[in-house]
Amino acid sequence: MRVKRVIAAVSAGFVAAGLLAACGGGSASGAEGVYSLHIMQPENPLVPGNTTESEGNQVLKSLFTPLVRYNDETSEVEYTGVAKSVESEDQMTWTIELNEGWTFHDGTPVTAKSYVDAWNYTALSTNAFGASYFFENVKGYDELQAADGAEPAATAMSGLEAVNDTTISVELKEPFAIFPVTLGYTAFYPLPEAFFDDPDAFGRRPIGNGPFKADEDFVDGQGFTVTKYEDYAGDNPAQAEGVQFKVYTELTTAFTDVQAGGLDVLLDLPPDAWATARDQFGDRYVERARPDITALSFPTYDERFADPRVREAFSMAIDRQAITTAIFTDTRTPAASFGSPVVEGYREDACGAKCELNVEQANKLLDEAGFDRSRPVDLWFNAGAGHDQWMTAIGNQFRSNLGVEYALRGDLQFAQYLPLQDDKGMTGPFRMGWIMDYPSLYNFLAPVYSTAATPPAGSNMSFYSNPEFDGALSAGNNADTLDEATVEYQRAEDILFRDMPATPLFYGLNQAVTSDRVDNVKIDAFGDIVTEEVTVG
Amino acid sequence: MGRFITRRLLLTVPVLIGASFLIFAMVYALPGDPIRALAGDRPLAPAVVAQLRAQYNLDDPFFVQYIKYVGGLFQGDFGSDFSGRPVLDTISQRLPVTIQLTAVAVIFEILIGVTAGVLAALRRNSFFDNLVLVSSTLLVSIPVFVLGFVSQYVLGYKLGLFPIAGINEGWYSYLLPGLVLASLSMAYVARLTRTAVSESMAADYIRTARSKGVGYSRIVTRHALRNSLIPVVTFIGADIGALLGGAIITESVFNIPGLGRAIFDAVQNQEGAVVVGIVTLMVFFYIFFNLVVDVLYAFLDPRIRYE
Repeated sequence: MRVKRVIAAVSAGFVAAGLLAACGGGSASGAEGVYSLHIMQPENPLVPGNTTESEGNQVLKSLFTPLVRYNDETSEVEYTGVAKSVESEDQMTWTIELNEGWTFHDGTPVTAKSYVDAWNYTALSTNAFGASYFFENVKGYDELQAADGAEPAATAMSGLEAVNDTTISVELKEPFAIFPVTLGYTAFYPLPEAFFDDPDAFGRRPIGNGPFKADEDFVDGQGFTVTKYEDYAGDNPAQAEGVQFKVYTELTTAFTDVQAGGLDVLLDLPPDAWATARDQFGDRYVERARPDITALSFPTYDERFADPRVREAFSMAIDRQAITTAIFTDTRTPAASFGSPVVEGYREDACGAKCELNVEQANKLLDEAGFDRSRPVDLWFNAGAGHDQWMTAIGNQFRSNLGVEYALRGDLQFAQYLPLQDDKGMTGPFRMGWIMDYPSLYNFLAPVYSTAATPPAGSNMSFYSNPEFDGALSAGNNADTLDEATVEYQRAEDILFRDMPATPLFYGLNQAVTSDRVDNVKIDAFGDIVTEEVTVG
Repeated sequence: MGRFITRRLLLTVPVLIGASFLIFAMVYALPGDPIRALAGDRPLAPAVVAQLRAQYNLDDPFFVQYIKYVGGLFQGDFGSDFSGRPVLDTISQRLPVTIQLTAVAVIFEILIGVTAGVLAALRRNSFFDNLVLVSSTLLVSIPVFVLGFVSQYVLGYKLGLFPIAGINEGWYSYLLPGLVLASLSMAYVARLTRTAVSESMAADYIRTARSKGVGYSRIVTRHALRNSLIPVVTFIGADIGALLGGAIITESVFNIPGLGRAIFDAVQNQEGAVVVGIVTLMVFFYIFFNLVVDVLYAFLDPRIRYE
């Protein structure tokens, strides 16, 4: 008898737990005028200064409108965001004038203080925000960085000031002609007072100034629904009543769900659908060049690759077209520039003959440099990210074109791979991937090849260092106009091709498919869905 | 009985402490720098890296880290992942989902597995018996992700009978994933039940019962089945413990935000506190359901007593 009671109690508890869970589960799927959009689980709470990855970015973009926006075709800066103007006499002290009338979703106005406070909070190292480094060129940034467990010397950057409600003054450490171009990035979004009262709550339900507002908490592993913000001040109000962000873990599952109508927009396709999606979905398929680049970087610190002629030879031993066609079924485009086609100053053939297959010339260069062909070349890449196939293809091309054996070194996950890179541990050419933060050629050069960006401060994993290159970048930063700046950045790119610390390989492609419930689905230059323009039919 | 249960529950305490220590040590032993991996291809300001390392005690030696973790436990602080989300939040959000999925799967196991096993045992070598044999062999040999994707495509997409993914439609959305998750164990349960019941049916006490004139259905349910259930209950009990630990593959295929995916991500990111928190919970479930099984033995077989 007693035993039976125990069983009853246990099963009752079980059922109760189940019922409780059932109550928490429901969500508004397929509500009138609301469409669903696939994302993966964002890595961090939804706070602009702590979001540097694409999934969180896609959500925040719908909830916030930046200071400046970009022309959809040319990527040029347009003052259709919160900023009326961003001006400077000397490229060093900038004055940002704000438009009036912008409000956060909680009704409070967007003022100069909303920006200054947000940027100081992001920069302060004790808050451990990922986008902190975006402010390192602001005067006073260093005082906000704690050294060895000590408290930071200051909590506000001396170069940053809210002059009045609509004017921000920013003093940089050095001239930076393209400063206005950078201001559209997530790290520069404003934060309302409410954030500072309760950052945790904000991270689950962000309060922005954008076309959509969040009415419910983001649920990890599931997502949330945001709705149209009626008092939106910008000229790009939401066309749909709302967006449901649905978190998926498997792309294949999401892809099946679009076909079945359970999901409306899927950006990013499973590999086996890359080639077939266009025909399968017809006018419900959208694609756009991804603002990224994949390059093969060389360890300039390794004596085998210290000679530029060797690096040039390896560059000329790669048949880029063969790889993009055979491995990627033309969903990648061969690259012959360090910049991306979406940025100002991009030159399609900046590299010239050095990025074209030329077996004879490549071997001649290797001979001149006295390269030891008997030792295999290590090819490095991070594990588990789908790089094995194309890296193998490159290795095979080296073998057949240069007569050099190769060894794949793709066993390490990021946690081990990145510290090894920081530590000059690459014993051969390695994969380099970069995605744009803001549309400028500069963003593809300085963070990955300048002396200032050598680890641990930056992502210059080839440890390339050339004062001439740094000088050209700096000349661009000092230029009076954006056009003059671009000329200097292109000069820097030419120097890079002369020295070849890396060789461009290919550009990515963003592919999206949609259900027939939605129209006007566009991918922006950053590779995100323009959520406010989607219409629900 | 009460004393037996109390003693067994008390015994779980050292087991849990030992398990948490071992798991903590294993996460600590993983190579690489998890903070560096957070940034990926992008830079992370050096002072920010230092701050994060200090926040998660990553610069301390192993024993200091463990003591700080246990110290936190006593203050009700179960730690957090690298994005600052408390482990308890993760568990309380994902555990109900996993419980629901497990419940559906176990109901399928019992309903289909036991029924098929009993029927097969009663009609040995019949068409139905062979059908159970063939289909259970098939289920055991197909990898669960194949079963998952195929059933999702055919039953969900082509026939439109079930939602493809997610848990937005309440219990209904758990049916297909539950069935897929149950498939393997269902086959085992059917096999176990068949063997045990057919042995019992040949036993002397069944013949005695028959000769006393007991009805057929009563012989099957009260005499044969009840005596055959001990191995089946043992298996199902252990299975519940395992299923509550989350099912990484099934959860991923059907996009169910349960514990399995959480633990997978946490191991990948080397988030010690999360891994220890969830795995210790799994260990507890496992012990608990084994205890339930032991208690059930006494119910099924009056000769077994715990004093």
